[in-house]
Amino acid sequence: MEKPREPLIEFKAVSKTFGTRNILNRIDFSIYEGEVTTLIGLSGTGKSVTLKHIIGMLKPDEGQILFRGQPIDKMSKKQWNEYIGQISYMFQNNALFDSMTVYENVAMPLKYTTKLKKKEIEARAMARIEQTELIEVADKYPSEISGGMQKRAALARALVTDPSIVLFDEPTTGQDPIRKNAILSMVAEYQKRFGFTALMISHEIPDVYFISNRILALYDRKIVFQGDPEDFEALDHPFRQELISSLESLGEELTGLYSKRHFKVRYQTDLSQRQPDATYAAAVFTLDNIDAISEHLGHDATQQIIRSLGSYINKHFGAVGGFSSRQTINEYATVLPYSDLDEAHRIMDDFTRDFQAHGIQGIEMQRGEKGEDEGCIEFSVLAGLAQGKPQIEIESVMEFARFNQKEISRFKC
Amino acid sequence: MTNRSTSENTTSVAVLAPRKDPMRSFFNFFGVKTLRLNNDLGAMAIFFFRSFFMIFRLKAIPDIIQQIYFIGAKSVQIVVLVAFFTGMVLGLQLYFVLVKFGSVGVLGTAIALTLIREMGPVLAAIMITARAGSAMTAEIGIQRISEQIDALSTMRIDPLGYLISPRIAAAIISFPILTTFFDLIGIIGAWFSGCVLLGVNSGTYFYRVVASTQMDDIMGGYYKSIVFGLLVVTICCFQGYFTHMRTDSFGAKSVSLSTTSAVVISCVMILVSDYVVTSLIV
Repeated sequence: MEKPREPLIEFKAVSKTFGTRNILNRIDFSIYEGEVTTLIGLSGTGKSVTLKHIIGMLKPDEGQILFRGQPIDKMSKKQWNEYIGQISYMFQNNALFDSMTVYENVAMPLKYTTKLKKKEIEARAMARIEQTELIEVADKYPSEISGGMQKRAALARALVTDPSIVLFDEPTTGQDPIRKNAILSMVAEYQKRFGFTALMISHEIPDVYFISNRILALYDRKIVFQGDPEDFEALDHPFRQELISSLESLGEELTGLYSKRHFKVRYQTDLSQRQPDATYAAAVFTLDNIDAISEHLGHDATQQIIRSLGSYINKHFGAVGGFSSRQTINEYATVLPYSDLDEAHRIMDDFTRDFQAHGIQGIEMQRGEKGEDEGCIEFSVLAGLAQGKPQIEIESVMEFARFNQKEISRFKC
Repeated sequence: MTNRSTSENTTSVAVLAPRKDPMRSFFNFFGVKTLRLNNDLGAMAIFFFRSFFMIFRLKAIPDIIQQIYFIGAKSVQIVVLVAFFTGMVLGLQLYFVLVKFGSVGVLGTAIALTLIREMGPVLAAIMITARAGSAMTAEIGIQRISEQIDALSTMRIDPLGYLISPRIAAAIISFPILTTFFDLIGIIGAWFSGCVLLGVNSGTYFYRVVASTQMDDIMGGYYKSIVFGLLVVTICCFQGYFTHMRTDSFGAKSVSLSTTSAVVISCVMILVSDYVVTSLIV
C-alpha cells in the first residue's frame, strides 16, 4: 500500500474576514513538494488573500496554516525566518522597483538579506538574468522594457535566492496569448530546472492544465476542488458553470483549436450518433525536443511554433470536418469523424508537404532573429494515425496513434 | 384629506425619531476626533522609533549617503536662493525701521539674531519640505500602491529600515547644514541690501554680526533644525507609507492627497514646534 504523501503546506479550516465581508470560510487544501499547484477562481474570491496568508502578509482569523506539519503561527522567530527565507513571491503587477535597473532589481534580495560579497552577488544575479534571457536589458529600467521582459525580471528576482517555494500571483495577467503561454512554459521549465514548489494563481484555463500537477478551485469562499487537472475537467459543481463558462472559451486562445473539454464534448456529440461499426481516423502530433527549442529560440518563439503547428493542423484537417485540440504542452490530437484511414493518410501527406515547405519557414525566421551564433538546434514534428470506432474510448485510440507516430518534419541548422 | 393624513404621518414620525442631544453630539464628535488623533500620533511614534533604531546598521550607510545627496545637496540651490532674498528683504525692512531711531549700526545684530535664532531654521525647513518632503511622500506612496513595499516584505527586507531609516539619518545631517547655509547666505543678502544698496558701513555690519552672535544662539538654531528635520521626514514618510490606508481616495489620487497633507502638516508642525522649542531654549 502506497504511503500517503505529506503536504508541504496545508491550510486547515482557515477563515478570513475583512470588516463585515467574509473572504475565506474554513478552507482546507494541501500543497505538495516539487509540484506546480494552480489556484483558480473568479475575480475577487480571495485567491491573492490565500497566497498572502502563506507568506505571512495576512493572518487567518481562524484555522491554521501548517508547513511540514508545523503551524506557522507557532514558529519561533528563527523557524519563521527559515520558513520565510524559502519562499519567493511574484506579484501580479511584478512590483519591480522602477527607480532601479533590471540588474539592481534582481540583485536586491541578495544585497540586503545575505552576507555575500559584491562579486558573488553579481555572479548570481547575472546568472539568473542570463537564464531569463534578459542580458541585453540588464542595465535598463523596468519602464524601458516590454511587459514580458518585466515578468521575466520579476521571475529572475523571485528565483535569485534559490527559493524552494515560489508563489505566483496571476503571472499572465494582461499578456497576449503567445506571451501568456510563454510565461506559463517558462514557469514550467524553471520549475523543472530548479525543482521548486510552485503555487500559482491563474485564470488561464485550459492553458494552466498543461503545466499544473494539481488544481485548487476556490468558489464561494471555499475550496470546492483539489486534485489533478484531468479530474477537474470532470468536476460536477456549479463552479464549473460559472467559472469555466466565463473563462474557458470554445477555442484555446493560443491555437484557436478546441479546449480539451470541448474536444471531448464534440467527440461524444459527433460519434455517439454513428453506427457502432462505423470507423473514424485520429491523429496525434508531437513537437519533439521542446525544451531545446525554448532554450535556443526563447519561450515566445516556442509558443509561436506551437501556434503555427496548430494552425496548419486546423487548416488541413478542419477542412474535412476534423476537430483538434492541444492535449499537452507540445501535443495535438485530431479526430476525423468522417474519414477512413486511407483518406487520413492522404491528408497527412498534404499536411506534411505544406508544413515542411511553409510552416518550418517561420522557425527559420525565428532563428534568424536570434542570430546565427546561438548554437545549433534540432527538433522534429512526429505524427501518428489510428483508426477508431465510436464505442472505443478516445484515449485508447490516441494511444494507438501515439504508438504509430513517425517523424514527418525535421528542423536542423 | 390626503394632506391631513400626510401631515399626521409626518408628525408621528417626528415624534418617534430619537431626539439629538447636542451635548452628546458635541462630545461624540470631538471624542472620535481625539481618539483618531491619539491613534495616529501613537502610530507615528512607533513608526519613528522603529525606523530610528534601524539607522545604526552598516548596510544602511550607502542609502544614507544617497539620501543626504537627495535631501541635502539637491536642496542647496533653492535654500541659497530663498536665503539671499530673505536676507535682502530683512536688511531693507530693518534699515528703514532702525534709521528712524538712528540705530542703523545695529543692523548686523538684528539680522544675525533674527536669522540664526529664528528665520534660518524655519525657512530652511519649509523649503526642504517643499522640495524633498513632498517628493519623499510621493515616492513612498507610489511604492506603496504599486506593491513595491509589499515586495520588500516578501524579500525579507524591512521596509522601515530600507525606506525610512536612511531618510531620518539624512535629515538629521542635512537640516543643520542647510540651516547654516541659509544663515550665512541670508546675512550676505542683508549686507547686500543694507550696505551695498543703502550705504550702511560694511565693517560695522559684520562686526555687529560677529560680536552679537553667541554659541547658544547657533546651537539653538541647530536644535530647532534637527527637531524640524525629524518632524518633516517622519510626517512625510508616514503619509506616503500609509497612503493606502486613506479612506477618502485610492490609487494616484491618494498619493496626491497624501503629498498635500504631508506638506501642510509638516509646515504647521514646523511652526508649532518652533514655538515649543524656542520656549524651552530661551
